[in-house]
Amino acid sequence: MSAQTKSPETAAARETPVRRRRRVDRLPYLLLLPALLIIGVLLLWPLGQVVVMSFYRLNSVRQLRGDREWPWVGFGNYVDILSDPFFLTVLRNTVLFAAANVLLTMVLGTLVGLLLNRLGRKMATFVASCVMLAWATPALTGTIVWKWIFDDTSGLVTWLFNALPDGLSNSLFGRSDWTGYGWFNSPLLFFAILTLVVVWHSFPFIAVSVLAGLKSVPSELHEAARVDGASPWRVFWKITFPLLRPVFGILIVLSTIWDFKVFTQQFVLAGGTQDRPTFMLAIYSYAEAFSPPPKYGLGAAIAVILTLILLVVTGFYVRMVLRQEDES
Amino acid sequence: MKKIALNGAGLLVALFAAFPVYWMISTSLKPSREIFSSTPQPVPTHPTLDHYREILTGNLIPGVSFLDFFLNSALVAVSTVVLSGLVALLAATAVARFRFKLRTSFLIMLLVVQMIPLEALVIPLFLMIQRLGLYNTLPSLILTYLGFSLPFAVWMLRGFVAAVPKELEEAAAIDGASRAQIFRRVLFPLVAPGLVATSIFSFITAWNELIFALTFINDQGSYTLPVAMTFFFGRDDTNWGPVMAASTLFTLPVIIFFLLVQRRMVSGLVAGAVKG
Repeated sequence: MSAQTKSPETAAARETPVRRRRRVDRLPYLLLLPALLIIGVLLLWPLGQVVVMSFYRLNSVRQLRGDREWPWVGFGNYVDILSDPFFLTVLRNTVLFAAANVLLTMVLGTLVGLLLNRLGRKMATFVASCVMLAWATPALTGTIVWKWIFDDTSGLVTWLFNALPDGLSNSLFGRSDWTGYGWFNSPLLFFAILTLVVVWHSFPFIAVSVLAGLKSVPSELHEAARVDGASPWRVFWKITFPLLRPVFGILIVLSTIWDFKVFTQQFVLAGGTQDRPTFMLAIYSYAEAFSPPPKYGLGAAIAVILTLILLVVTGFYVRMVLRQEDES
Repeated sequence: MKKIALNGAGLLVALFAAFPVYWMISTSLKPSREIFSSTPQPVPTHPTLDHYREILTGNLIPGVSFLDFFLNSALVAVSTVVLSGLVALLAATAVARFRFKLRTSFLIMLLVVQMIPLEALVIPLFLMIQRLGLYNTLPSLILTYLGFSLPFAVWMLRGFVAAVPKELEEAAAIDGASRAQIFRRVLFPLVAPGLVATSIFSFITAWNELIFALTFINDQGSYTLPVAMTFFFGRDDTNWGPVMAASTLFTLPVIIFFLLVQRRMVSGLVAGAVKG
């Protein structure tokens, strides 16, 4: 990818006529202009604006339209949020959920990636195609189907539990009739099902990336280690993992970012924004801002807190990708 | 023995991954009494298209049918694809073909903005849409999704443009072609497959999006399909037959498109990491 235009410092460029040189210099900027405008107006400006809004008390749409003034409250919104014990619940939910999901997604995804690498050609193609289906399914419809699987009257899971021998079911769970059981009613169970849905959606990406990484590692190394009698566990930690360390690094960071801001799956599974005990940061921010009575300033402050957390994670990501670009 | 264990594990993974999709399609083809029977049928014993007929011919609200929501979604997604593809191609050409002062800064910015939690932008974008008078209109969504899909589109197209041999363009230049002609006649046809792949990602982004569509559109006639589905089917006492039929119709285009381009997704997201 060598440069077509020479930089103005080179002697060759200095010799070219002024008009031609200027035209060549401007072209890349002209080509970039629309993209810069769009990114600036639709991503960067709102990012700044959400910070600005978090310092005001904004409780009506008319304020947003500019028909009414914006009362400045300084860090008032932040003080309100951070001094509310509920925020701790939300933060705990968010962090624990993200940690559990990243861990489970990484473990399952890596295992499936390793498995795909060992399977025969036909079997690997079949399994990979099925895994792709989970990946391709939109978050919305994937979640709706899981909701149907956990339906409290005709859902598959309710049927499965009903099919357990009554004695066993009674001694394990203290009930034998599961019809009408609210799978989403206790926060813990809700989070367990949400984890199932999110892991189901996100492990394929990890599996495929790990597989791609494995394909790029010379297989002689593994064979040699196996011939020497190393256990699969040791082969993974001593050979595979160190070689794929950059891939794992990026995958963990990406998963962390995604799992911190899960919204659609939670919104659909909970049927809206009423289930406060299961709130995490993203849906908390949304509910404060848009459920009546609207509190846009408060919602913005929560969004800023979420963004700050993700900013730290993103820092890691950018450093990693840039290091990769340099190396390749 | 080991082979059997591996294949068994493979089958389990395949089952876990594909089952919900299978169950969605299977349920959509079952008559209601089979769906709500106390013993689930693994395959539809009396397959029927009744649920599809119901959602395609009936009106969900007076005067508005499933097809209208489908068209709203398609209109938004296709507009996003066209605009984002065009702008991304220009920008990708700039970063892949030229070396200029802010090139590296621009690339870093592309990476960083992809990490902005879009969920955090609902409130300020809602403000912008209100101020622009676009509330309750589909262009509000086209604009929003354009911003969301563009960074990844540029990042992905960059590779495709760089892969076109520069000699071809130089040869055209020697033959006296202008820059515009080179772009249109040489670069564009060769990058077209990459443009298709990129477009599919923009399409999926726009097609699947829920939160912003939920927030910017209040008029039921302008709902996109995801909003309509949460609104009409997300209630208690759900009639799963039509819901699964609607879900299938919503999901199939995405799966088909996705399978066409999934390879690019991995290399795009993991950037250089797996090039080996």
